[in-house]
Amino acid sequence: MSTEAGTRPRIATVSLAGCFGCHMSLLDIDERILELAELVEIHKSPIVDRKTFAARCAVGLIEGGCCNAENVETLRAFRDHCDVLVSVGDCATMGGIPALRNRVPLKECLDEAYLSGPSTVNPTGRIPDDPELPLLLDRVYPCHEVVPIDYHVPGCPPPADALWAAVQALLSGEDPVLPYALLKYD
Amino acid sequence: MTAATEVDRLVATHGSEPPALMDIARDIQAAEGCVSPERQRQIAERLDMRIAEVRAFVGFYSFLTEEPQGSIVIRLCDDVVDRMKGFDRVRDAFEEALGVSVGETTPDGAITLTTTPCIGLSDQAPAALIGDVPVPFLSSDRARDIVSSLRVHADPTRLVTRMGDGKNRHPLVRSMVRNNLERPGTFIFGPEYRGEAIRKALSMTPFEVIRTIKTARLRGRGGAGFPTGMKWEFTRVARGARKFIVCNADEGEPGTFKDRVILTELPDRVIAGMTVAGYALGAREGLFYLRGEYAYLRPYLEDVLERRRADGLLGRDILGKRGFDFDVEIRMGAGSYLCGEETALLNSCEGRPGDARDRPPFPAESGYLGFPTSVNNVETLCCVAKILEHGAATFAELGLQQSTGTKVLSVSGDCTRPGIYEVPFGTTLEAVLEMSGGEGAGAVLVGGPSGTWVNPEGFGRRIAFEDLATGGAIVVFGPDRDLLVALEGYADFFAEESCGYCTPCRVGTQLIQRYLQRFREGRADQGDLDGLLRVARTLKTTSRCGLGQTAGNPVLTTLQSFSQVLEAGLPAVGTRRAAFDLEASVAGARALRGGDHV
Ligand SMILES: Cc1cc2nc3c(=O)[nH]c(=O)nc-3n(C[C@H](O)[C@H](O)[C@H](O)COP(=O)(O)O)c2cc1C
Ligand code: SF4
Ligand code: SF4
Ligand code: FES
Repeated sequence: MSTEAGTRPRIATVSLAGCFGCHMSLLDIDERILELAELVEIHKSPIVDRKTFAARCAVGLIEGGCCNAENVETLRAFRDHCDVLVSVGDCATMGGIPALRNRVPLKECLDEAYLSGPSTVNPTGRIPDDPELPLLLDRVYPCHEVVPIDYHVPGCPPPADALWAAVQALLSGEDPVLPYALLKYD
Repeated sequence: MTAATEVDRLVATHGSEPPALMDIARDIQAAEGCVSPERQRQIAERLDMRIAEVRAFVGFYSFLTEEPQGSIVIRLCDDVVDRMKGFDRVRDAFEEALGVSVGETTPDGAITLTTTPCIGLSDQAPAALIGDVPVPFLSSDRARDIVSSLRVHADPTRLVTRMGDGKNRHPLVRSMVRNNLERPGTFIFGPEYRGEAIRKALSMTPFEVIRTIKTARLRGRGGAGFPTGMKWEFTRVARGARKFIVCNADEGEPGTFKDRVILTELPDRVIAGMTVAGYALGAREGLFYLRGEYAYLRPYLEDVLERRRADGLLGRDILGKRGFDFDVEIRMGAGSYLCGEETALLNSCEGRPGDARDRPPFPAESGYLGFPTSVNNVETLCCVAKILEHGAATFAELGLQQSTGTKVLSVSGDCTRPGIYEVPFGTTLEAVLEMSGGEGAGAVLVGGPSGTWVNPEGFGRRIAFEDLATGGAIVVFGPDRDLLVALEGYADFFAEESCGYCTPCRVGTQLIQRYLQRFREGRADQGDLDGLLRVARTLKTTSRCGLGQTAGNPVLTTLQSFSQVLEAGLPAVGTRRAAFDLEASVAGARALRGGDHV
């Protein structure tokens, strides 16, 4: 892992096509967040609001799959700057809820959202097309179809204990093998 | 609203219990081109079923539809073998002549064009079913002729120009299908001694009959190879007010057609086997499950049954034996590979969708309508009759220790003499290739898509349960064939035929399709190979029934015997996945924006 002597390992997190639920679950580790703060330096994450990588990170946690070109760009940057990349949650590992659109043609999705949906009020009759807006992908991709992913943590969201166990294991250089109790959802 | 009188008439003919559903639905489909929601409601009422149950039934079978189809349905077999033999050209010719694409009906509602998996004519591909009429040896010229004839007389039976060989010429068959009996063995295809097997059986006690089958060490010919004597014993000792013998004539494994030829040439032998089983197991009722694709044989088989009744070989007090009653009823399938799986078959007979049941309980304990049932393959039952005729020792002398007797093989693909070969177990693949003119093959698929790919180094391997187990399909691939194309074809087959009950199979069969597509398009990387393997193995260990458990076999055995097909030139995984193309995946969104933005 890329830790210079005497420094804490850096980690990075991001939410791509997700709902932030996975990040909420990460915060759900409660007081262990203090322990985490001692263990690592959170380099780039919605929590610290840094825009670009300034250093190499040991672990990257990805929430959400890729639904647009910007997601792809961000994910690739994570791959390039993180030693170990983890897909966290069902959206990152499989596409999740956003991937429900995968069976509907893109145009129909946009029409429904911006023109003809029952709760839509759009007097301009235009689908947002500002060049600043990232282009949507033909479908929502799970992260491992875009870049190689080292580990997957399932769940929507994965329970805080599962995330904690996975992060702890990774930081101590072990294979994060989660016990059955942390993978059981009913 | 359609009057219910037609349904009443069919109920009067076929019965008012759920098992009658298949015949009723098939008749309505044939007469009206669909089983409409209105009909479903009427049927449900008459059979005392829920509408949802009838709807699920109609939805399950590919020969039944809720939406209207043309008066004539042309089903092109699009199996891998047919694709090798010119399927594309035939399909194009049909599409052009009809003016519609596959999946569509001509505007006048006359003809629907569609595709279907193997219809049991792999040795005479490309082939199609037109109505119930099997049409072998198609070409684009023939396709055009067929369409113009149908436009004139609209009668598929009048397409029969030159009849096939043997009993395909029987007045009740009148089919263009050929037996291609290239090598009839002396055992199964040996001379007929009508009534002899039953006479021999009746001279023994039922337990002695079972012991005879055990001594012969007969194993099931339907694929799984379970010892028949043991299955019979389980069924014999199981408690039940009624017991059933089922003949499995669903023959759906792509590339298999030996049961069709046995049914055409030796139907008496099969029914004799069922009758012997009835005596041995104490069963009075037999069900003969005939795949929908073989409906053209039904009148002929009904006649065989009728003649056997007349001759005292079926019915009450068979051959004068007081109290030994046994009769056989034909039950139809309607286009589902899974229905060959024995528990799916039983569900189908009961008027349900043909998906597999959880086991245990096994059919021997709880089968048709919950009664002890022995399901046996056509060829197995044929062996039973011959074992009774000739004695267990004669049978056990043939073949190997764990594979006694002979095996009827269906050979197709790149060989000069495709057809039926009856060989003793233990025969090498090499010998089979030599007999059938398949020398120089690049690959052989033994046992159909759920079986094993064998490369030329493996041609010395033997057809036997101890080596290459097979229900009978031998598909030969010439040295220039692209096996990836074949693999993809078989992946399509499994994805289509999965009943969808369990996630590993429903999702896994589709993932395999997606992975293989990446390989064909040259976009795969090592990560795709790992993923493909993982899915194939997961299917094997976690699927509910044999379909899912074997759906990964083509991939797994390809990696053993033809690893280069998947591994050659495969890039390692770098920091990007090879298959993902950002430009291509935003092309649609870019076009929607009118192309004026980058
Ligand atoms: C998907 C699937 C399809 C099958 N298709 C057939 C078939 O068409 N004919 C057949 O005899 N057995 C078929 N089987 C095997 C049957 O489940 C059963 O083992 C066999 O009919 C038993 O008869 P036997 O012991 O005489 O072989 C199939 C099994 C599976 C899993
Ligand atoms: S996995 Fe669930 S919690 Fe996590 S981003 Fe997706 S929807 Fe939200
Ligand atoms: S393995 Fe496939 S065919 Fe068998 S029950 Fe499961 S989904 Fe259905
Ligand atoms: S009938 Fe076409 S391959 Fe079997």
